[in-house]
Amino acid sequence: MKKRSVVPYGPQHPVLPEPIHLDLVIEDEKIMDVIPSIGFIHRGLEGLTSKRDFNQMAYVAERICGICSFGHGFGYCETVEKIMGVEIPDRAKYLRTIWFEMSRVHSHLLWLGLLADGFGFENLFYQCWRVREKILDMLELTTGGRVIFSVNKIGGVMKDISSTMAKSVLESIDSIEAELKELQKTFMGDYTVESRLKGCGVLTKEQAHALGCAGPFARASGINNDMRLLGYAAYGQLDFEPVISDVGDSYARCDVRIRELFQSFDLIRQCFNKMPSGDLSVDVKGNPKGEHFTRIEQPRGEAVYYVHGNGTPFLDRLRVRTPTFANLAGLCETLKGADYADVGLLVLTIDPCISCTER
Amino acid sequence: MSLMSFASESLKNLFKKPVTTKYPFEPAVYPERSRGHIEIEIDNCIGCGMCVRSCPLGALQVNRAKGLWAINRFDCIACGYCVEKCPKKCLFMKPGYQTPGEQKNEDVFVKSPEQLEKEAKQREEAAAKAAAAQQAALAKKALEAKKAEEAAKAAKSEEGKD
Amino acid sequence: MEAEKRQPKNDIEIIDFNFIVEIAIAMQRSGYRLSQACAAYEGDELNLFYTYVDDENNDCITVNAKLEDRDTVIMSITNVFPYAAFYENEMHELFGVNINMTVPDYQDRLYRIDQETPMAPARKEEE
Repeated sequence: MKKRSVVPYGPQHPVLPEPIHLDLVIEDEKIMDVIPSIGFIHRGLEGLTSKRDFNQMAYVAERICGICSFGHGFGYCETVEKIMGVEIPDRAKYLRTIWFEMSRVHSHLLWLGLLADGFGFENLFYQCWRVREKILDMLELTTGGRVIFSVNKIGGVMKDISSTMAKSVLESIDSIEAELKELQKTFMGDYTVESRLKGCGVLTKEQAHALGCAGPFARASGINNDMRLLGYAAYGQLDFEPVISDVGDSYARCDVRIRELFQSFDLIRQCFNKMPSGDLSVDVKGNPKGEHFTRIEQPRGEAVYYVHGNGTPFLDRLRVRTPTFANLAGLCETLKGADYADVGLLVLTIDPCISCTER
Repeated sequence: MSLMSFASESLKNLFKKPVTTKYPFEPAVYPERSRGHIEIEIDNCIGCGMCVRSCPLGALQVNRAKGLWAINRFDCIACGYCVEKCPKKCLFMKPGYQTPGEQKNEDVFVKSPEQLEKEAKQREEAAAKAAAAQQAALAKKALEAKKAEEAAKAAKSEEGKD
Repeated sequence: MEAEKRQPKNDIEIIDFNFIVEIAIAMQRSGYRLSQACAAYEGDELNLFYTYVDDENNDCITVNAKLEDRDTVIMSITNVFPYAAFYENEMHELFGVNINMTVPDYQDRLYRIDQETPMAPARKEEE
């Protein structure tokens, strides 16, 4: 038997500024086993339910993570509304969908930039983040914040998108789409990118199913698990097909995310076309009593929210299962047998969001 | 597949003007809705304390008697919940971020002396009105009691007749 | 079109904690995956939730096992769903749930935090 050694990876590591720690068991530069550990930024936000009432928790839930912030606020509000039996107005549903898709665009562009940085293509990284700046500007224009939007409340949304704003959002979407097409040529048509990503960290469909993976990571392996098909918010009225690839390597994950970006642009346009006029929110009376599980599709995959209310303003339990937590198992599997030099890249391809994972 | 697919993009970048702004020399432009910081029109505040109860951080303080409203800017996360809850709509979310401070402190807003005087006067007037109303009510009660007594007497006397 | 209109299931069912593993096996055989597992305290009673999801038709079934005594030792389902190890370690480290035979057991090192079981309510002192 060859000599094995353990190399610690992280919490400070080169690919992204979020602390994840991996103990890599290495034999001749090949990874044999991985022991992950998290908890460096565990803040106990789920435990805050005993100190903040359920309306204030909407703002706390949003601050679980900076990139998926809209998703968390949305998921929490959706769950509490289900418990209380509140039906929000149609316009609020469409507005939520638009913001959700805009935050998906900003999250995926961020990931594309990080990926380019991960394989050492810095110029491409700058280009991705330059394009991302436009969608951030649009989010600031419509909600008032660049990453923390604070537009969701129990019973609807707080702000409206006026027709002038809608016009500038659509214009901006058009220009982002044009620029992304240019970048897609490099991501999907360049020898250097291809030879770095193709065949790297392959996860088959069977493995992905057996490991319970979620989101674009699983869809790149051919699993059709887009939670948007559940038809929450306005997704039931929109026309879309989940983006799936069946190759299962890092290149496919990049491809899936780029195609999802174009899908998001399409969904935003559909929403603006179909959006009815009307109220933004309904009044909510009383306190939540009961429990419910909600599943939504965040930029990184399936997120599960569980809320248990006991009839007082303070909830018994809030549980957020984030997509990265589900993908940790898949990450460990893809890392086994990979080269040490690929670790950073493979950690990136699950689109890790450690702040979400630890809450 | 091509080898130099990014070359045209890089060449274009050489001749484009920068996408960033030269911030300290050019002003930063915030959209109208930008959640920068909270401002208050203190003279309209009624000191109800709704904002204090709604704040998820506990960054606010209200003293009704002194006409005082204080915010700990270092705790405030600019979520805008107090703005939404304010019944008098005297709180506003204004664009433009706070400048960093050297030490933690609270921003205290006190009502202008004229406003305080006016409110004190109003309170006095209200108190006087209330007192007057109370007196009137007392007088009315006394009158009613008298009437009831008389009625009872009358009833008694009628009973006696029977 | 019929299939599209069908509303996916989303139920919570209460089970006895002795059947956690049996139900996991049954779920795995019918093609479900474990979507999440979590613990919650309701007063002093410990509730365990296992959510199973079918990707084909998006059905979601949650089983809820109630443990009246929080020191009850339950069996791990890592034999059935290997990736449940993360959820079980999390439940053990944050909520103090006693789970037998979790493989791999991270020995309180999945969450690198100082406090032991920070999410569990304080125990009442026994007289």
